[in-house]
Amino acid sequence: MLQMTLNGLKVEVEEGLTILEAARFYGINIPTLCYLEGLSPYGACRLCLVEIGAPGPSKLVTSCTYRVEEGLVVRTDSERVVKRRQMLIELYLATCPSSRVIQDLASKYHVTKVRFAPWNEDCILCGLCVRMCAEQMQGKAIGFAGRGSSRRVTTPFDKKSEECRLCGGCMYVCPACQSRCQGPQEEQPLCNACLNLEQPCLDYFDDKMCYMDPCVACELGSNRESQAKR
Amino acid sequence: MNGIKNKLTLPEDVESLREKVKDRLEQDKPCLVICGDTGCTVCGSRELVPAFEEALKERGLAEKVKLKVTGCLGFCERGPLVLVFPGATFYQKVQVADAAEIVEKTVLQGEIIESLLYADPDDGRKIACAYDIPFYKLQTRVLLETVWHIDPLDILDYIAHGGYSAMAKVLGGMTPQAVIAEMKEARLCGRGGAGFMTGLKWEFCRAAGGDEKYILCNADEGDPGAFMDRSLLEGNPHAVLEGMMIAAYAVGAREGIIYIRIEYPTAVFKIEQAVRQARELGLLGKNILGTGFDFEVQISKGAGAFVCGEETALVRAAEGKVGEPRQKPPFPAEAGFRGKPTVINNVETFVNVPLIINRGAAAYHKIGTESSGGTKIFCLVGKVRNTGLVEVPFGTTLREIIFGIGGGIKDGKGFKAVQTGGPSGGCLPEEMLDLKVDFNELAQAGSIMGSGGMIVMDEETCVVDVARYFLQFLKSESCGKCFSCRVGIQRMLEIFDRITTGNGSPEDLELLEELALTVKDTSMCGLGQTSANPVLSTLRYFRDEYLAHIRDKRCPAGVCRSLFRYRIDQELCAGCGSCAAECQSGAIVETEDGYYQIIPDRCTRCGVCMETCGFEAITKD
Repeated sequence: MLQMTLNGLKVEVEEGLTILEAARFYGINIPTLCYLEGLSPYGACRLCLVEIGAPGPSKLVTSCTYRVEEGLVVRTDSERVVKRRQMLIELYLATCPSSRVIQDLASKYHVTKVRFAPWNEDCILCGLCVRMCAEQMQGKAIGFAGRGSSRRVTTPFDKKSEECRLCGGCMYVCPACQSRCQGPQEEQPLCNACLNLEQPCLDYFDDKMCYMDPCVACELGSNRESQAKR
Repeated sequence: MNGIKNKLTLPEDVESLREKVKDRLEQDKPCLVICGDTGCTVCGSRELVPAFEEALKERGLAEKVKLKVTGCLGFCERGPLVLVFPGATFYQKVQVADAAEIVEKTVLQGEIIESLLYADPDDGRKIACAYDIPFYKLQTRVLLETVWHIDPLDILDYIAHGGYSAMAKVLGGMTPQAVIAEMKEARLCGRGGAGFMTGLKWEFCRAAGGDEKYILCNADEGDPGAFMDRSLLEGNPHAVLEGMMIAAYAVGAREGIIYIRIEYPTAVFKIEQAVRQARELGLLGKNILGTGFDFEVQISKGAGAFVCGEETALVRAAEGKVGEPRQKPPFPAEAGFRGKPTVINNVETFVNVPLIINRGAAAYHKIGTESSGGTKIFCLVGKVRNTGLVEVPFGTTLREIIFGIGGGIKDGKGFKAVQTGGPSGGCLPEEMLDLKVDFNELAQAGSIMGSGGMIVMDEETCVVDVARYFLQFLKSESCGKCFSCRVGIQRMLEIFDRITTGNGSPEDLELLEELALTVKDTSMCGLGQTSANPVLSTLRYFRDEYLAHIRDKRCPAGVCRSLFRYRIDQELCAGCGSCAAECQSGAIVETEDGYYQIIPDRCTRCGVCMETCGFEAITKD
């Protein structure tokens, strides 16, 4: 067992775990799009970034790939992390506004504006389907083709694949395939229908270290404050 | 070749072979050096070789005078270059017709041909000796000096000039730990861009378990405007090999891979030749110099992706997989090529290694700064008078490089910015010219050392357009694996497209800054992490120029085509009609009174009319 500091708490963690696994073990939620238990970590969605080290020389690392170390100091929701995460979610929203998973993330992380023109794409290239096909289904029927802006998931030479057994595993894991829920508002780049919490502790503590999700104390606190405002 | 091509079997054999080939040094024999590098070849240096051979043969000097085709001599601006030793007489812009005269006068009689000399552009003074030319004089040529003297295709030439002595010394009596300690003491920082201490990297790799380890040489130089690694590979390939061998000995590797881009055919050819020759002499293979040390080098050719210069992508590409980076850690020193501990160093880093062993760490780091020892080669390009390869100690100021060695801005224009470190470096303004160039100082100023590109821009450059250009490059080179680099760069470009077409809003600047910081902070590899540098540095130092584009819808430098128009001054127009004849889009029409005018809607702002006009009647505004 290793000793590390997770959001200000001294915790014991099993050696060999990633920060993400350790955090989830302790009930701290870190958002992910390209991570799925049972598939190898990929580190492409960048949402699971956490801050490690002392505040000055700290750096952001992907918690899904970074293994815990003795004495590691991790903050999963520091101001820097949340700010970057919000920007990433805004970018995701503009790329793929029809995804329910992304719309939910936006509500949860209080992303209330989208300043980019919507692309209305269907895929965020998280690669879950590719890894699902290769690692769990032993299919290797799909992979990435192209580079940069022309990168896409496809079968070899864009032809119908003989390797594909039509198992549907790729669709099952896709975070973008789930179409958005029918919120009360008409369809637009940003739904925010589930946006009901005040941005929690961040306003009160610099490196908010809340591991309740959702945090009852914050909810009460914010309600209290909004009542006071009224 | 009377026994000099026999395999070397003892460390002392290198020294005795050197004795045998001593006659190759210029002190004893006159020598004509022709630059065979790309720049001079384009200017016609390849035709010079037979011309000189002919001229020597006619005078019966073929045996007495050595003719060498070397790698880059550095002063690419003035090619084709020819050096005559002894004396290092420097002839520039040499043509085939000059060959006979050079042999006749300079080689035979030691006379100097005035018309071929370099003239100081300030006072017109002619300079005969290469070492007196300010471009060379102000440099500290440690690595590049050797390139002047050796034929890169001949291992014996390299040995005659002290080659492989560092390796013999290491194999002959240094422990791997002592080699690593020497590198650490020399404060050798990796020349590939990040500036990580080479000694530490080797130490990590040595400490990593297992007995299968690899040495990877990163020769995938892809920055626009950078060619120092190519010059070293083409001018001194054996030094790269020697550096790799020493690294292999230090970390305990038995195999090395040189990952080189296929767009460098000459460098590929020369390094392949070097490997073959080293193998023939027993400097590669099993039981090298009888010390039980085995080392073999493979050459792996890259298919042309900028991102493969990033170390984790390079490892994958060398393994034959798709060249995409992966998240570090683990670092390649723990798990690299085939999952085994691997040292990845840049070409220039490896060339420094034999030098440190030969001179000793203490003598080596006398040059340079406290944090980084030695010299660095820069590719000085852009709107500067003397373009070419420049080698200076760490800690030299940008001003000394650009205005001293570079001779200032071309055509008497004003300096605007210098971009260091290739496409993902930052643009530094005039105020920063006194910055001492080293890894830390550049990073603090918002730029990077990169591999050593240095692009000088004059007042006619629009920095907004420059930042847009580099983003465009990075967009097409981003592998697309991680979201923030792939989408972030495209979104930044969208904002730049708005700004440069006059559709930007003040909020765009805030958004751009936030986005750039996010891309910098959250990208997976070095490409994404540094892609925001051109944006952030120009926003930091040239915000006014962005505001001019956004608020006044004006491009102060007159580069962004949507933000200016061409106009014909009726007072100056002579009505010759040459502009109308040249205009491809039919935007220039004759008016009723015999003059010409431009129809803005049809004009594509190509600028051909302005160049054509002999009366300076066409202006931009």
